[in-house]
Amino acid sequence: MAEREQIRKPAPSPREQSVEESPPASERGSDIKAQLDDLLDEIDEVLETNAEDFVKSYIQKGGE
Amino acid sequence: MAVPKMLGLETEYGIVHRGASEPNPISASSLLINAYLIAHGHAPEPGRAAVGWDFTDETPGNDARGGAPAGSLAPEIETHLVNAVLTNGARYYVDHAHPELSTPECADARSVVVYDRAAELIAARSMEAARMLLPPGEEIVVYKNNSDGKGNSYGCHENYLVSRAVPFSRIVTHATAHFVTRQIFCGAGKMGSETSGMRLDEAGYQISQRADFIEEEVGLETTLKRPIVNTRDEPHADAAKYRRLHVIVGDANMSQVATFLKVGTTALVMALTEDDAMPREFRFAAPVAALRQVSRDLQLRQPLELADGTTITALGVQWELLAAARTYVEQRGADAAGGEVAHQVLARWEDVLGGLERGPAGLAGQIDWVAKLRLLEGFRDRHSLDFQDVRLRALDIQYHDLRPDRSLAARAGLETLVDEAAAVRAMTEPPPDTRAYFRGRCLQKFAAEVVAANWDSIVFDVGEGSLRRVSMTEPARGTVAHVGDMFDECGSAMELLRRLGSAGA
Repeated sequence: MAEREQIRKPAPSPREQSVEESPPASERGSDIKAQLDDLLDEIDEVLETNAEDFVKSYIQKGGE
Repeated sequence: MAVPKMLGLETEYGIVHRGASEPNPISASSLLINAYLIAHGHAPEPGRAAVGWDFTDETPGNDARGGAPAGSLAPEIETHLVNAVLTNGARYYVDHAHPELSTPECADARSVVVYDRAAELIAARSMEAARMLLPPGEEIVVYKNNSDGKGNSYGCHENYLVSRAVPFSRIVTHATAHFVTRQIFCGAGKMGSETSGMRLDEAGYQISQRADFIEEEVGLETTLKRPIVNTRDEPHADAAKYRRLHVIVGDANMSQVATFLKVGTTALVMALTEDDAMPREFRFAAPVAALRQVSRDLQLRQPLELADGTTITALGVQWELLAAARTYVEQRGADAAGGEVAHQVLARWEDVLGGLERGPAGLAGQIDWVAKLRLLEGFRDRHSLDFQDVRLRALDIQYHDLRPDRSLAARAGLETLVDEAAAVRAMTEPPPDTRAYFRGRCLQKFAAEVVAANWDSIVFDVGEGSLRRVSMTEPARGTVAHVGDMFDECGSAMELLRRLGSAGA
């Protein structure tokens, strides 16, 4: 059964193959940079707007 | 013989009451927790006391929490200290001036990650519930970090069940070696320094939130002169058989991988310690200085001085501990350190040490201090900031914000190890494989008859004039395998107690 399924399974299309191959290092590098850029865009959006006041007022009592 | 490791975390959260004219962290913490209890069905019917914490078995000298179990939970701002037991077996309470959540007892590191994530979700729901009770413009915000950057620290404590037979001095030796060096993968990262005598801006960035606050090698203290190895001896179990190693040196982690490794590797190190299976000892010439040195060595290259005059890096110690743990598991199995999960810990431990060896930057998807540093450096470069810029300090704090729409850690692309649906279930369901199952099911099914609970007992009032206490001094008993059917079959607390009595449980 498993054997027959294996025979029927079509060869991967060229497009699928190219997805599985890892991109060249320079492309990977620019991918990572694009991810970080998106992340920094998000941080720009959600970061406390008045950082000075926020940091100054973040005071905790010691615990434990 | 190493005993199966029961594990748990106690996390004190940072808290900010925004928009309040005179914010008070104690009343804000009470409000936060009460709001959750009311909104999520843990609050009792009017006129009845909530299921509170039973302090009878706590060692008074060692318990600084104070306060009586909570009274009624009216939907108004409360200032007395809340102390509730949840249906998942956890404890949710006000400790000093912080909300604190102790996970239920867990049988392996993966389960700890599930319940730690559940605790984050409970904190998020608590903030939502509190917002409904507060005037417009006010909000209570919870942070999962360990320092305010101004010299005040609060803890994320870990607990490990170990055999009473093991000499404590041996625990101190091996635990110190691990605690000084494990921060390279479980440090949460911090801007600046809070060491006394050092200016806040003297250190740029360091690996650990807590290293600045650790001043002693061994001791009982948790609030001043904090030690690397804490000696609190309160097993919350049969004291003739067990110790509970109470660990205060660690950081609270946003990364699930970091929590998994923090707890999983320490459980293994403790199992090896109990079975005297460590091939060698690492005695640092100056452990506290070594802990701080590791925290400041972002390249992980500095040699640490040992008492015998030789040196080794933090990574070197970790590679040797990993090799010892592998040999131990091959020879004796993993039953004492979480079974199958211990094998996953070993594999991940090796991966992460290899990654750190190649360069920490590659671990930004797994390790908190690396993930945070990547955000800080990216943000600094984008806005051409000085590393002392206050916006970077804001970013540091906000990394630990537990509001889903504000948390920077939630945006940092950290790998998750547990299914979010499992964590949601764990907000209300106890783990099946420890005594927390018994506690949780009692709270789910017979809350009206439960007067109080603590780690090793539950007190019932079934209307017979006197209270009935069920003792649970064996942490591996009371699991679904032991008492699951009994809970399914019993229609009342009275019946449960009768069957427990006749079963001799």
